[in-house]
Amino acid sequence: MNWSDTFLDVLKKNDVRLISYVPDNVLTPLIKGVTADNYFISVNATREDEAMGIVAGAWMGGMKGAVMMQTSGFAVAPNALASLLVPFQIPAILVISERGTLGEFNIGQVAVAKIMRPILDTLSVEHHTLTDEAKLGFIVDSSIKQAVTTQSPVAFILSPLLTGGNPVAHAKLSA
Amino acid sequence: MAELTLFNRTELTMRLVAKLTHEEAVVGGIGNTNFDLFAAGHRPQNFYMLGSMGLAVPIALGVAIAQPERGVIALEGDGSILMSLGCLATIGTVRPRNLTIVIMDNGLYQITGKQVTATGTNTDIVAVARGVGLANSHWVRDHNHFDEMIARRFDEGGPVLLAAKIDDKPGAGQTPRDPALIRNRFMKGLGTGRGGALDG
Ligand SMILES: Cc1ncc(C[n+]2csc(CCOP(=O)(O)OP(=O)(O)O)c2C)c(N)n1
Repeated sequence: MNWSDTFLDVLKKNDVRLISYVPDNVLTPLIKGVTADNYFISVNATREDEAMGIVAGAWMGGMKGAVMMQTSGFAVAPNALASLLVPFQIPAILVISERGTLGEFNIGQVAVAKIMRPILDTLSVEHHTLTDEAKLGFIVDSSIKQAVTTQSPVAFILSPLLTGGNPVAHAKLSA
Repeated sequence: MAELTLFNRTELTMRLVAKLTHEEAVVGGIGNTNFDLFAAGHRPQNFYMLGSMGLAVPIALGVAIAQPERGVIALEGDGSILMSLGCLATIGTVRPRNLTIVIMDNGLYQITGKQVTATGTNTDIVAVARGVGLANSHWVRDHNHFDEMIARRFDEGGPVLLAAKIDDKPGAGQTPRDPALIRNRFMKGLGTGRGGALDG
């Protein structure tokens, strides 16, 4: 299986039905997979903090959910993390496609990539950088279970080593 | 705009809560909207949002998606919804039948010192909501009109947005700032919590 099918498979096995996202090139196979599968309820949010609010409400209503976003999208949302997901102990699953490293052309993405992990660490939010499809299943499955049991959000950062990175960035770098 | 009654948030919130007979979930936004919800009487289906300004409506949308048979009401201030206008567009796409949004429009950021908001000068929030496809959006004309809209079955004609012009008074209560307690109680009220495990 490719990485995105494996990822969605693990979400399904853990009853994660609601996917709210702000799109990104690298996330395209995940978003396509989610919208093509009736199991999932997908909500295209206008902002990442809005998506976190939706997933928080759904969790309290009894439905597990994930938020999918780009690295720069993550930087929109620390207030929602710090004042909603963390203090209210909501096990939201955050899926962040990693830009700003391993072949980036956009300096704005580079800066945001540098603050992302320190913000998650400061808030004590567990995060894992996924680099390898073979290990993805174990990491994502066990971390979702841990998030739910310990009532804390968890973040998965999708490295270019896993996804191949952004095709647009590669094209610009080699032009 | 036709002649509108100028409401008081505390009074309108009490009126709303008194009409709820089906364990509807109510999400109060930052500051005054959740203070008045708290002051209107404790219900296990109340959620008091702290801090995350603008997210009361998205949180209510999430509850409405997870529990499509339950009526869900978001109470939000004008300044707060102005921060999150995009979520109205999202709701225009998702169209949850069981969601009602009530905007308490004082034209002010009341709680931070009564600075004027854009609804106090140039923005009609009902027109914005209609513009994103929420056709069932209305200015509340008077108490009867409000009662009628709230008494409708929540799965009829939704999503609904009601905006009420209110005075500049502060909220009546003060929510305890205990997120874990608030969340646990709310989930118990929605039938989704572990709450009960420790009860006698
Ligand atoms: C993201 C963010 N920005 C600013 C604030 C400060 N703040 C708290 S309440 C508030 C005003 C809310 O206005 P409104 O929703 O109209 O409610 P009102 O106070 O008028 O009842 C502001 C600006 C905040 N808490 N969070």
